[in-house]
Amino acid sequence: MEPLLKMSGITKTFPGVRALSNVSFDLNKGELHALVGENGAGKSTLMKILSGLYKADEGDLFLKGEKIVSTGLREMINLGIGVIYQELNLIPYLSVSENIFLGREPKTSFGTIDWSRMHEMTREALAPFKLDIEPQQKVYSLGAAHQQIIEIAKALSLNAEILVMDEPTAALTGNEVERLFEIIKQLKKAGVSIIYISHRLEEVHTLADRITILRDGERVITKDRGTMSNDEMIKYMVGRVLEEQYPQYDSEPGAIVLEVRGLTKKGICSDVSFAARAGEIFGFVGLVGAGRTEIMQTIYGYRKMDSGEVLLHGNPVKIRNCQDAVMKGIGLIPEERKQQGLILGMSVFDNAALSVLDLYSTAGVLHRRRITDEVNTMIDSMNIKTPSVKQLVINLSGGNQQKVVLAKWFIRHCDVYIFDEPTRGIDVGAKVEIYRLMQNLAKRGAAVIMISSELPEVMNISDRAAVVFEGRIVKEFRKGELNEEQVMEYSLGLHERRRA
Amino acid sequence: MKDAELDVTYKGVLRITMKKIIDYKQLLKNNGILIVFFLICLALSFLSPYFFTVNNILNIIRQTSIYGIIAVGMTFVILTGGIDLSVGSILALSGAVAAGLMKNNAVAPLIAALAAILVGAIIGLINGLLVTIGKIAPFVVTLGMVTIARGVTLIYTKGYPISGFSPEFRELGGGYVLGIPVPVIVFVIMVALAWFVLNHTRLGRYTYAIGGNEETVKLSGINLNFYKSMVYVIVGVMSSVSALILTSRLNSAEAVAGQGYELDVIAAVVIGGTSLSGGRGSIIGTLIGALLIGVINNGMNLLGISPYFQQVVKGGLIIGAVILDRLRAESN
Repeated sequence: MEPLLKMSGITKTFPGVRALSNVSFDLNKGELHALVGENGAGKSTLMKILSGLYKADEGDLFLKGEKIVSTGLREMINLGIGVIYQELNLIPYLSVSENIFLGREPKTSFGTIDWSRMHEMTREALAPFKLDIEPQQKVYSLGAAHQQIIEIAKALSLNAEILVMDEPTAALTGNEVERLFEIIKQLKKAGVSIIYISHRLEEVHTLADRITILRDGERVITKDRGTMSNDEMIKYMVGRVLEEQYPQYDSEPGAIVLEVRGLTKKGICSDVSFAARAGEIFGFVGLVGAGRTEIMQTIYGYRKMDSGEVLLHGNPVKIRNCQDAVMKGIGLIPEERKQQGLILGMSVFDNAALSVLDLYSTAGVLHRRRITDEVNTMIDSMNIKTPSVKQLVINLSGGNQQKVVLAKWFIRHCDVYIFDEPTRGIDVGAKVEIYRLMQNLAKRGAAVIMISSELPEVMNISDRAAVVFEGRIVKEFRKGELNEEQVMEYSLGLHERRRA
Repeated sequence: MKDAELDVTYKGVLRITMKKIIDYKQLLKNNGILIVFFLICLALSFLSPYFFTVNNILNIIRQTSIYGIIAVGMTFVILTGGIDLSVGSILALSGAVAAGLMKNNAVAPLIAALAAILVGAIIGLINGLLVTIGKIAPFVVTLGMVTIARGVTLIYTKGYPISGFSPEFRELGGGYVLGIPVPVIVFVIMVALAWFVLNHTRLGRYTYAIGGNEETVKLSGINLNFYKSMVYVIVGVMSSVSALILTSRLNSAEAVAGQGYELDVIAAVVIGGTSLSGGRGSIIGTLIGALLIGVINNGMNLLGISPYFQQVVKGGLIIGAVILDRLRAESN
């Protein structure tokens, strides 16, 4: 039988990263095909190619056996492919019907919006879902589940035959999830084909007819429902060859520098406790959205904690804001390099100097020469490739930009360094250099904390690590104590189910 | 053969001309406003024999200095990505306060001047705190402050002008030192001071950094609220300095003083190449921007162009300057 949709030999490269290489994927009519893989495995990229947002470098798309020639956003919608992104794309202060019919509002003969017809059409579109929603209601007043359904209704009203759902249950509660599953079953019965992306293996087992696993931009395997256990799936998700991309060093953990006790913030984390020692790298692993970044931001004073205690060198400290944290010797290298780590329109020099201007000034007046010396030395020692320190950072490559962020914090000698996804979007060569720099910090006697979504990175670089699941530390382990499959189980929350 | 030769020559000329156009474009992009400024000065020197005289030039700079001083402060605010619409009202209030204190020689001019500057600083601080701690958009905060400060001025003056000051105070607006008008000297000092602060102090570098990316500044452990508030204090103080000069020059403080000044001030900063979204710009640019407006005002008066038409030209100038800026940004 001819599949409804076929993607064959899809390859996509971004500067410095190969996101997809030669991936093939197909979808039958009325089928739910689950797409599973680690963070960064290439699921979202593949779906963005299907939605027309990205253009594949190589490979073809076929719909009902016919090759899709033009793959723009609008064309794909017209072909009946509807994508519901993880972050919903509704306009909060417009009504439900305006959202569903945005850009194709029915008109009266005077050219104004035909509200009564639009509301009627909205009721029709929402009818299958049996919801208590009025077309006039503003979207912001609805919960996440209802918003999700409106997205589905919108896609269906565009005659979508293929629906792509990217982590649809991420923001839903138990009952809402049940409701969504009901709707998915109805849709399938009505002949809609669904591509379902999820981290939650249980869901995948419940819903999927077939499962495809991606890893590092390649398709590992496609299997029918019920022919693969959780353990097998995890093995396929993480199983990779260990290469010499992780420089080794002998750590000598010293005294505890940073200790966190019972850190709690409603909706973000609960009862988080850990201790980071001088001279070691402490990893934080977990799925995207598990709350690792938020936990660190709370410690750093960027968010306010509800309860809990932070101790530095054994003394309780109160960190009210980021300035407090820096003054007390904590540095945070944020996840979003461009939005939070750098000032893109300023020079390498200005960026690197930003965190130390207070140390090298008298009554607010800068000691230009000393700052210049410090920055130049640091930039040389970090091997940042830039024609001059006056170059704007916007013109540097991702790896070099990241090194500028690191330089900014290395110049200021901190006792605790918190790295949030330090190697994201960076090529392998630069990664190795960044690992070395982190190890040097540890050798210098700092406590280094590293959040990473790349399992092998955590397994190989950190001396100890904590697994975070839904805002809690569910496991702490030493290097070599667990294997990747076990860590993945904890990240997915499977250990709790197993115990129960 | 002849045709071919001609062809070659023609292409050659074309190429040379093209090259010249490109160079010219590059030049215009990098020093656009400065070139426009010189061209206008050159044109006016030919059109009006009086334009290029020492007297007239000093006159232009003296008139420019009133709003130019405020533009110096405004440069700080706009560099952070903010805006202050209340400068004209701050000018009126601090001028009235100084005048009220000095009336009938009740208080020494120096003390009165310090009081006026304090008033400007306080209003600026209120603006700054509402923007930072209150998290209200600068446009809204300072729009409200426009009428609040003006209203307080009316209450304080009861609507009557305050006049009659000591000769020494009159020197501030009308006096000369070594043949240079005192307001011009004050203006130059303020520009120099601002240049130093922007380039050699933490406050200055953070001003640029805040406009470039506030989030990064905050996460770098810098006291964002403090530095962001400070720029409003600076523009407040500059408005007060300007108020003192204006009051001295007119020998009178009125509740309506400085009305509409914010437009000329913001225009000077924007024409000078400072980006309204923040992070990019310079004090030298503002100086040229302010002088350009002064020259155009003066030139059009000399040429007898109607004040109505002058408005149109000034508006066109602002938009033209922003287009120029956009071209420069896109070519980078």
